Amino acid sequence: MNQPAKDQHLPLQTLVIPSDLAMVSKVEGQILQQIEQHHYSDEAIFAIKLTLEEALTNAIKHGNKCCGDKQVIVRFHVDEEQFVVYIRDEGPGFNPDAVPDPTSPDRLSLPSGRGILLMRAYMDEVAYLDDGRELYIRKWNRP
Amino acid sequence: MPDAQPHFTLETKDGICFVEFSDRKILEEIYINEIGDQLGKIIEEHRPINLLLNFRKVEHLSSAALGMLINLQKKIAGQSGRLKLSDINPQIFEVFKITRLNKVFEIHDSAAAAKASFAQA
Repeated sequence: MNQPAKDQHLPLQTLVIPSDLAMVSKVEGQILQQIEQHHYSDEAIFAIKLTLEEALTNAIKHGNKCCGDKQVIVRFHVDEEQFVVYIRDEGPGFNPDAVPDPTSPDRLSLPSGRGILLMRAYMDEVAYLDDGRELYIRKWNRP
Repeated sequence: MPDAQPHFTLETKDGICFVEFSDRKILEEIYINEIGDQLGKIIEEHRPINLLLNFRKVEHLSSAALGMLINLQKKIAGQSGRLKLSDINPQIFEVFKITRLNKVFEIHDSAAAAKASFAQA
């Protein structure tokens, strides 16, 4: 699994979940508990909660196609300075640059396709690794 | 497990269906699909509907919830009804702004202002 060189020193906790959307809130709960313990702002908590919802839902639905024998691996680190998470699915990957802009006039009335836009808006760093099979996110804890 | 509590309250008065969400979070697809189905039935039962969705209690909302709102708006537009939203807190309003859906939906600061606007042409 990938881990950028700048993050090699970060100890990561690992959660492995089945491709079941009911697991999303459980993962969110475990991570947000640690986020709150490190006194992140209300705005940061809102942003991280939204981002985890979008990222985990994408991994389960679009990556693993809700396939029961595929898993999502969540590796994360939380300290008082930053939140880092890697979310890997077992899908075929995708090209994030090929995802159309959901704010373009011809796509504004479509019911889906806004998750990546929101993650990029709220997080400090968002990148797709391994041809789109793994999502990397960083959020700094700023006052 | 899905929450046993109702996801919203409904009050019909003066030709307006006033829906106030009960949940603090409209995040998970399981819940969102339930809400969409329940509101879809209400829309069908009140053709053409004047629907006001009040977000006073809502603190979190996902892109799937936005998708549900877009689908509701299409249904309502198809029957020449009207959909308005109100009492969206600043954090959630930011989500609408980022996605530019604040230009798609008619959003009012308060339920009173939204109700009054139904009376206008």
